[in-house]
Amino acid sequence: MTSHAPPAPPVQASPPPLPRRAVRLPPWAPLLAGAAAATAAYLAFRGTATLPHDPEAAPFRIIGDVRAWADANRNQSPVFLFFVNYVRLFVGGLYDVLLTVLTAPGWAGLSGIATGIGLLAGGWRTGLLTALGFGSFGVLGVWEASVTTLALVLTAVLLSLAAGLPLGILAGHSARLRRLLDPVLDVMQIMPTFAYLAPMVLFFQIGPASAAVATMIYSVPPAIRITALAIRQVSPSAVEASVSLGATRGQTLRKVELPMARATIGLAVNQTIMMALSMVVIAALIAAPGLGSDIIRGLTRADVGVMLPAGLAIVVMAIVLDRVTSSAAARPPYGAARPGKARALSASRLRWLCAAAVALGGPALGRALPEEFPAGLVLRLAGPVNEAVDAVTFSWYDLTEAVRNLTTEALLNPLQTVLTSAPWWLVAAVVLAVAWRTGGPRPAAVAVGCLLATALIGLWQHTMETLTTVLVAVALTLLAGVLLGIAAARSPRFAAVQRPLLDAAQTMPAFVYLLPALALFGATRFTAVFASVIYAVPPVIRLVEDGVRNVSPAAVEAALSCGSTGWQLLWKVRLPMARRAILLAANQGIVMTLAMVVVGGLVGAGGLGYDVVSGFSQRADFGMGFAAGVATVLLGIMLDRITQGAGARPSPRTTTGKKRIA
Amino acid sequence: MRIAHRIRLLAGVLALGLAAAGCGGATVDTGTGPAQPSAGAAGSSAPAGGGTVKIAVNPWAGYEASAAVITHLLEEKLGYTVEKKELAEQVSWEGFETGDVDVIVENWGHEDLKKTFVEEKKVAVEAGSTGNKGVIGWYIPKWMTDEYPGITDYRNLNKYAELFRTSESGDKGQLLFGDPSYVSNEKAIIENLKLDYKVVVGGSEAALIESATQAQQQRKPLLFYFWDPHWLFNKVELARVSLPPYTEGCDADPKKVACDYAELDLDKIVSKKFADTGGKAYELVKNFSWTNEHQNAVANDITNNGMSAEDAAKKWVDANPTVWAAWIPK
Repeated sequence: MTSHAPPAPPVQASPPPLPRRAVRLPPWAPLLAGAAAATAAYLAFRGTATLPHDPEAAPFRIIGDVRAWADANRNQSPVFLFFVNYVRLFVGGLYDVLLTVLTAPGWAGLSGIATGIGLLAGGWRTGLLTALGFGSFGVLGVWEASVTTLALVLTAVLLSLAAGLPLGILAGHSARLRRLLDPVLDVMQIMPTFAYLAPMVLFFQIGPASAAVATMIYSVPPAIRITALAIRQVSPSAVEASVSLGATRGQTLRKVELPMARATIGLAVNQTIMMALSMVVIAALIAAPGLGSDIIRGLTRADVGVMLPAGLAIVVMAIVLDRVTSSAAARPPYGAARPGKARALSASRLRWLCAAAVALGGPALGRALPEEFPAGLVLRLAGPVNEAVDAVTFSWYDLTEAVRNLTTEALLNPLQTVLTSAPWWLVAAVVLAVAWRTGGPRPAAVAVGCLLATALIGLWQHTMETLTTVLVAVALTLLAGVLLGIAAARSPRFAAVQRPLLDAAQTMPAFVYLLPALALFGATRFTAVFASVIYAVPPVIRLVEDGVRNVSPAAVEAALSCGSTGWQLLWKVRLPMARRAILLAANQGIVMTLAMVVVGGLVGAGGLGYDVVSGFSQRADFGMGFAAGVATVLLGIMLDRITQGAGARPSPRTTTGKKRIA
Repeated sequence: MRIAHRIRLLAGVLALGLAAAGCGGATVDTGTGPAQPSAGAAGSSAPAGGGTVKIAVNPWAGYEASAAVITHLLEEKLGYTVEKKELAEQVSWEGFETGDVDVIVENWGHEDLKKTFVEEKKVAVEAGSTGNKGVIGWYIPKWMTDEYPGITDYRNLNKYAELFRTSESGDKGQLLFGDPSYVSNEKAIIENLKLDYKVVVGGSEAALIESATQAQQQRKPLLFYFWDPHWLFNKVELARVSLPPYTEGCDADPKKVACDYAELDLDKIVSKKFADTGGKAYELVKNFSWTNEHQNAVANDITNNGMSAEDAAKKWVDANPTVWAAWIPK
């Protein structure tokens, strides 16, 4: 981990004193001593006080019993009869209604309506993008699955917004509520997607209703957080003016605060949709219908040809929804002063007309067109794609095999041996020391507490295995991210090429990254490492690039005038001064990597992720899977606390969206 | 005034909700619109538009072959709509209770699930044999038996553990396993027979097939979990490792298993609702019965000959009218 950076107060504006040897040495000395002590302790106590995995651990049995109780009482206990089952019924009903509504106009009709909405939201470009996007669902041959996924996303988003916006508004007004919500939302945002599913199965069983609830819970934090932020950002003088003019609280909210917070709340909606979209895919594990189901089918058969159309459709859907909602949010509110107001008004009227024409034209056309998407237009990708994949895997076999085996034998296996054969107290002591150094006593206490809790729920060994994979993936992510980030900061041309790639990469749901990894490397731990590196590297690149580029020009000038070479400038000035950004990048990278490594349980990553997967598919393992979900959360909090020493840290998930980083 | 209005509205909604659920709270199978099995609606008027039949599709080619043929016949000959649900074995059983699944077309044993869902919850019923005989076992490529005498006896496995080591299994031999959801006693068998092996999860049927093919072509040692019926036996010569023979009840306690898998009579399971109201669709599912060769032919077309499940099923149906004619209800 990147723990060797000394905890110095952030130096941003003033040029640093030129480094002198005598001052630089001491911060390293205790670290070296600590590392030596830990190594010595490991060599002396290796193999003692280990906590090997016991599939019969008491916590697993207890959770299994809870499930047995829930199964037995689903139709008896009042908790189920009058609450849980009603929620299930209501959510299921909402999903059915939305699905019926979306299916009713046929493919042409729905595309037309969507295009109309796109036109309204962002002008002809967005409209065109929407039309092309919806068309591509049909061309990819996944129209029905796409509509199903869209219905599920809408269900979850509607529920999220119904709960999230009011809560966010309340939290925006009340600091106490904010303090209450913050830790809960923190945990929710660190939780890997997988961890949400098991409790859903416990209460709501499998199926679309359960999937929608899981998705809703997963996507509600940004709705609450960003709305609260939006309300707080409203200028207090505007609120004061409104109150002093005698407006009631409701009037102030409706007429002043909400309109002024509109753009930011739009962002909240946008983020909620994006989160929902990535969860809906994973929810296929608990029998959510739609594109996710195709992706799971491909994953369980290692059939890229099946996965690819569904994966592409998900990406297209993400891009379309992102564009439509973000341009809707960015549009100035009606009536706002614009240059040439009269012209703008007539233009907006024209746009309404256009949109209405397209939206009505679609269904009308749909009458004339066949109900199903014309088969002649569908691209049959599976065959050619699988041939291409076979060709690539065959011709690259030696290379991929070598890379995989090298990483596994040189990094994963030794590290895993060390972590699983070290006494638990030694691992805890190292975590304590590292977290104390990067964050101080409180984060250190939390980190160690979480670590030990994984032992208490009977998953120490698997936690160590997952930790191994995460550490290796994070190391590779940081290496790649820092190199590419520096390259981008140094060369504007390189940055210009890289930026759209990063944009696209950050709009994609995590699952999609498993496809190329699986195609190239088969199902192993390295596959998960590879997938998490490509998943987590874009935000790291961005943060590093920003950090290095934003180093104060005065410092750069000073170093140059002292005769620094380009490399000296980078090593001695830019990188040290960008430390904060790099630490933040490490934090981001770790949280994202963990999420992906856990999902990697589907492609042979082992450890906690596999426990979760197997908990869904083998009833006897339900307790272990549930506990493993909890353990991933604990591991996430631990890693987060260790790396959040970067200072005032924005919450991990909300910064992964490209808007907030830029 | 406004408040009174709201209360009335709320009361109305509540009353509606309670009425919908028969005033006794909502049970899990309280209906949710179009997601309900409606196969019975068709009655005798097939093929003019039957209902919808929800078939669970478990992740292996043989299952997919059976499901594809049943789907083809239901849709083309009886006029039903079939919804295929991509689900793991045990999750499919839970679907009987929630109404998400009507039919499992190839069930491998699962006595515990039968006890829970058929006997206790009474949401599922057995719908007879598929005609397929199923055996799970540990396999090695045939060439290894010539080179390493006695390797097919489990008592000699430890002697050869070194051969099967990989970067994933560390210092033990690797036993390659398939999809996490498959029926498995591997961990217990290894532990109870004190074998120096580690289960490595390949993640899918495809991973097993690919490894087995490579093991044959490149003469790489491989010990893996596999099952019959499977088309792979026609392409790659495999030898089965003999574990202590199966005796009645030796696998009763999943933690204490130290014996081979039983030969299973694979069968079909349907939801109680479908059995009661499924009409001709249920009759067809019940009558469905074919041989391992039939299944292998369809599965082989799907996996190796680049055919979609639909096309492979159509090809088989066109070529074997006498077989399926007996399944169509009068």
